[in-house]
Amino acid sequence: MTDDPIIDPSLLRGLTQSRFTRRDLFRYAGVAGGALGLSAFLAACGTKGVATGSGGAGKPNANMGDAAWWGQQTLHKTLDFDNWPYYMDIGPNNSHPSLDEFTKKTGIKVNYTENIQDNPSYWNQHIFPQLSHGQSQGHDIIVLTNNDYPLGYMLNFGWAIPLDHGSMPNFDKYASKLVTNPSYDPGNTYTMAWQSGYTLIAYNTKYIKDEITTVDVLWDPKYKGKIGMFGNASELGCLGLLAIGKDPATSTPADWTAAAAKLQEQKPLVRSYYDQDYIKALKSEDTWISMAWSGDIFQAGIQGYDTLKTAVPQEGVMFWTDNMLMPYTASNPKDAMTYMDYVYDPKVQAVIEDYNNYVCPVPSSKGIIGTELHDPAVANSPLVFPNAAMVAAAKPYYQWKNTQDLKTWNDTFQPIYLG
Amino acid sequence: MERHLPTDLPGVEAPPPRRSKGRRQKGAYILGAPAILWLVVLFIVPMITMVSLSLSTCDPITLACQNTWHFAEFRQVVQQYHTQLLRAIVYAGVATVIDLAIAFPLAYWIAFYGGRKKNFFLLMLLVPFFVSFVIRTTAWQFLLADQGPILQPLKSIGLLPENYHVLATWIAVVAGLAYNYLPFTALPLYVALERIDRHVVEAAGDLYSNRRSVFMRVIFPLAIPGIFAAFLLTFVPAAGDFVNASILGGTNTTVIGQIIRSAFLDNSDYPAASALSAILMAAMLIGIFLYAKVLGSRTIEEYI
Repeated sequence: MTDDPIIDPSLLRGLTQSRFTRRDLFRYAGVAGGALGLSAFLAACGTKGVATGSGGAGKPNANMGDAAWWGQQTLHKTLDFDNWPYYMDIGPNNSHPSLDEFTKKTGIKVNYTENIQDNPSYWNQHIFPQLSHGQSQGHDIIVLTNNDYPLGYMLNFGWAIPLDHGSMPNFDKYASKLVTNPSYDPGNTYTMAWQSGYTLIAYNTKYIKDEITTVDVLWDPKYKGKIGMFGNASELGCLGLLAIGKDPATSTPADWTAAAAKLQEQKPLVRSYYDQDYIKALKSEDTWISMAWSGDIFQAGIQGYDTLKTAVPQEGVMFWTDNMLMPYTASNPKDAMTYMDYVYDPKVQAVIEDYNNYVCPVPSSKGIIGTELHDPAVANSPLVFPNAAMVAAAKPYYQWKNTQDLKTWNDTFQPIYLG
Repeated sequence: MERHLPTDLPGVEAPPPRRSKGRRQKGAYILGAPAILWLVVLFIVPMITMVSLSLSTCDPITLACQNTWHFAEFRQVVQQYHTQLLRAIVYAGVATVIDLAIAFPLAYWIAFYGGRKKNFFLLMLLVPFFVSFVIRTTAWQFLLADQGPILQPLKSIGLLPENYHVLATWIAVVAGLAYNYLPFTALPLYVALERIDRHVVEAAGDLYSNRRSVFMRVIFPLAIPGIFAAFLLTFVPAAGDFVNASILGGTNTTVIGQIIRSAFLDNSDYPAASALSAILMAAMLIGIFLYAKVLGSRTIEEYI
């Protein structure tokens, strides 16, 4: 599936800095064979699904994660951490200063890998086949996003080790309100945030002079052919729900149908339903106003696209989080706990955040980035350290209850961008 | 008239008996084994898997699939996605016609007037295609941008209205397909034209054919197998292509390739993805057979 040597997934990720649609890589990589090749490729991958799918969940230890269980765990001085590409601070010689500091401080050697390109494919290839058979998937910490289905499946199946709440002092003290007690994981039973981001509206002030206060602006005929939307059922659906005044997290299938109708109505005005290339369209002025991810717009500003601005509509903005969690097969849970809490040390987080520029889970890192790291642009950005208004505007995503629920959602919203 | 075999004549020995048919075939099979293995492993097995998956019902979480002879899948996907299927075929058809119109004169000129520089011209034709497919398509996205290097000057001198755009329309998708598959059209045409015996062309001239009828009655009929091969090599991959539509397209330009990709990767709906792939393949095969019938398949076999 990777016969295109020119597009290195990590490189593409670095160039575009977008978080969600690594599916494109598969799309592009699968191209070489053309039509018949595609069919064969699909069939070949299908076989793999058949082979792995013997059904039935594995059997995690019933006492896993309780106080007694955690009491028995010891440090093994080693840790396997699998993350998304370009998500960890980089120092000289491609070292990761924050990881090196961790090893120096604790003696725990970190084996850091970047295998996660996209939630569903990671689930299909690196989580489900292994964990359903009780086999290790090889990592102590993995990172999954709350606006796609694999995170929910992991938690529902009981496949994540509950956190040791007695050993996360940094998290308790420094974690942002935005990432504590999230709706998808009440009480942070299983997860701690790695980074977060907003899905908001970006616009070009060169063409749009009005102040933007509502998502209705995306339905304004004035901007016909210059409106960019996301070709992604989760994001598009949530925006439609905001537009009809429903809270996505508590919406019902009837609301979804209404939201889809509202989005269909908008379709003649829309230029295209973009994946991660939406940012290119904004930069080249092909679109004047578009759904956007906060990190991208912040990066674009740094690159000199200073007419691109973000708006926080009154209906709210979707807030997503990439979460660290431990699969139940993790062999070094104590080391993993030590690390997950370590990144909530404001000084450590400052180093990581100054590289990442997504929404920081530790507000106290702000001062450190501004003064000690001399990067006021990052420290003062409301896209990295949200102000009170942005914290209040953050809306959680809908959590799919089961596969039928997910299928209904997809069948409702996919026809809009796949029409 | 009585025919004499050479053995009837004095002094001529009988030729050694021909090797038995069975042994000859065995040899042929041994020589063909790598190709047969290739076909079985990389074509027949995936094909059977695909068709079997298309008739299966899969658990969406475990992806465990069971063949339930669920033929309704085909009806459902056709009902749901016939627009995108037709669109893919129309886009590919238009792009192929454009390619034939561009590539024929090009190949003709290189084959007949290229002289000693033929190879150089062919190389010139191919060099842009040494760059990755996706990169080239993305480059068009840059070139055709609303304020890009092509549209911006035309807009500023008033030739195009300010809000005119090419990107995100079906025109951009078809243009992208035509551009990307041009060498697949040009090369078979070149081979066909190059193979035409120049003496035949000269003979036609000697027999008082004017240039027009030399072309229409000699060169063109001899190039038909090349046209057919060019059509196949261009149309088939273009119909399954989803890169051009996703990079250059906009709303209402979704093609079947994008649907298959989404069914497979976004929805893990393997039966739907397989059924659509099978339908696309069947549509192609039927189309190709019809086309071959119309053109006459005898000469075509020489080329494919």
